Amino acid sequence: MFVDFMYQLRSYGLKVSSNEWQTLLQALERGHAAESLNRFYYLARAICCRTELDYDAFDRCFAEFFEGITYSESLKDEFNEWLKNAKPPRALTAEEKAAMQALGLDELKDMFEQRMREQKERHDGGNRWVGTGGTSPFGSGGYNPAGIRVGEGGGMSALQVASQRLFRNFRSDVIIDTRQIGLALRKLRHWGREGHAAELDLEASIEATGRNAGDITLMFRPERKNNQKLLLLMDVGGSMTYHTQICEQLFSAAYKSVHFKEFRYYYFHNCPYDFMFTDMEQQKRVLTRDLLQTLDSTWLLIFVGDAAMAPYELTEVGGAIDYFQQNAETGLTWIDRLRKHFPCSVWLNPEPAAYWQRPSNQLIRTVIPDMFPMSLQGIDEAIAALKRMKQKRE
Amino acid sequence: MSERLQFKGTRNYIASPELQEIVNVACDLERPLLIRGEPGTGKTVLAKAVAEALNLPLLTWHVKSTSKAQDGLYVYDTVQRLNDSRFGTGEVQDIKRYIKLGPLGKSFQASERSVVLIDEIDKADLEFPNDLLHELDVMSFYIPETGETITAGKRPVVIISSNAEKELPDAFLRRCIFHYIAFPEADEMRRILKVHHPQVEEKLISQSLVRFYWLREQSEIRKKPSTSELVDWIGALVRGGIEPKQLEKELPFLGVLLKKESDMQALRQGQRRNSRF
Repeated sequence: MFVDFMYQLRSYGLKVSSNEWQTLLQALERGHAAESLNRFYYLARAICCRTELDYDAFDRCFAEFFEGITYSESLKDEFNEWLKNAKPPRALTAEEKAAMQALGLDELKDMFEQRMREQKERHDGGNRWVGTGGTSPFGSGGYNPAGIRVGEGGGMSALQVASQRLFRNFRSDVIIDTRQIGLALRKLRHWGREGHAAELDLEASIEATGRNAGDITLMFRPERKNNQKLLLLMDVGGSMTYHTQICEQLFSAAYKSVHFKEFRYYYFHNCPYDFMFTDMEQQKRVLTRDLLQTLDSTWLLIFVGDAAMAPYELTEVGGAIDYFQQNAETGLTWIDRLRKHFPCSVWLNPEPAAYWQRPSNQLIRTVIPDMFPMSLQGIDEAIAALKRMKQKRE
Repeated sequence: MSERLQFKGTRNYIASPELQEIVNVACDLERPLLIRGEPGTGKTVLAKAVAEALNLPLLTWHVKSTSKAQDGLYVYDTVQRLNDSRFGTGEVQDIKRYIKLGPLGKSFQASERSVVLIDEIDKADLEFPNDLLHELDVMSFYIPETGETITAGKRPVVIISSNAEKELPDAFLRRCIFHYIAFPEADEMRRILKVHHPQVEEKLISQSLVRFYWLREQSEIRKKPSTSELVDWIGALVRGGIEPKQLEKELPFLGVLLKKESDMQALRQGQRRNSRF
């Protein structure tokens, strides 16, 4: 049964392996949590989760796994079996057996059933409360008035805790804060030594001194500096208006970030052509060719856009949505040119991946296959992809 | 193991039952315990409390952005040795004199069990945790300069705190027992406050708790006030002689709770909006 639980955790995206399984068994063998589902919940969570981002998936999995048992007709049999087969028989110490008997199997089963029933009610309620903007389900004054106290040790039952999904906000596919995007961007930092030699290189100095028969020779080297450069090209206007908030968050995270030696941003509408804009109102123009001239291929490029437009805006000369563009080359040509010039480039799409079967989206992905949704997880993946591209070139 | 350590919190540190449980599991399985949580939820203090409760010495290693994994094991003071050899002071021959053990190194060498706190591990370079993997696994390390191997007689209880500023490598996480300290609910908070302010009257605590959780719920506020700020705030309220009734209308000493100018402004604007109704 634990093996099933582990596989279910895996299906929920938790990276548990035989390693965690063995740790869990070892802990159970040593008598941790043997007599209480509550303690088992915390124990398994501590061993199987690597970050609080995993807590929500764990909660959902735990609730589902143990909930399924209640609804099957043979609850008692299954539960009995679970208690019997929870761990290899040899693992049962006299102490554990005593602990299990002390609680009484029938008593435990009744408690379990009852808890399950009450849990179901709270499950719905809890979800609704949590749903409204992630505020705590308990408000400022109360502390879960309906909470069930469990005989030994107090506190809520594991299933209640699990079904409340308090850690929902930690799910990595939900955007929370600018700071978190900032943290994601931080991974792009790239340290290198360049420029004036100003830092004492102790090891080299010792080496040189040794070679110089003990006469002290000082060696210097340039300081370690972050030399990553980021170019952000953002789609504005039209359908992107719905995504303003998240785009702003990404922008301000990148703008405030100290992790880039240089950061530049330009705007376009639907697709970049001969020129782009330095302002969101699309008044001040900048020639795309000039950009290609001034920025070298070490720059990282992130496109931000929903890639939702009429296909001819990408494939036709003069197909631009704004009449003043009068593009002499197709949009796809321009995107391809940018991609070739900046080999380290990705596309972030604020629309969920489910909407990505639009023709325009598929066209763009023929040129830039590295398209990611603009969730925290997507940004993480995009950044990992950028790093890989960068490493490949070095 | 016959002598099983049992952690139940201390007089000054209220640990939730699940945290107690997890500390005990980590001690028992001899795995490093990785603690994460909002700032001000008592990650660092936990190690002190564990050391105090289990009556073990505490060795703290404050990780900085320049820290290297080896610093925690030992440092070879080459410059001192070079200096000594140039000016003929000290016994330069004895390389051991220039090997200084770090917190982890000391805990391995000690004859009794100890608690090691690796504080804010995410401050260091990305590779830092990986460099510690082996040492934490086998609890021993080799000093090439002296040809010595230091092996832990009693495996120390290792507690690692992280603010999630950097992601830790998977291989490292796999070896740790993980716990996220959730922000305390009002009930638990009341117990925590009792520890810090035993004399303060019940009414003031209740009223300030209501206001505090209200403040945390305001969506405009970016840097939410935490436990330590609440403790300070109540201290300020007591010293300022503020009556519980006053708290209903205003929030005195707001600077203790909110540390960002933008948060203060957002709150003031929000209040103005609400006062219209």
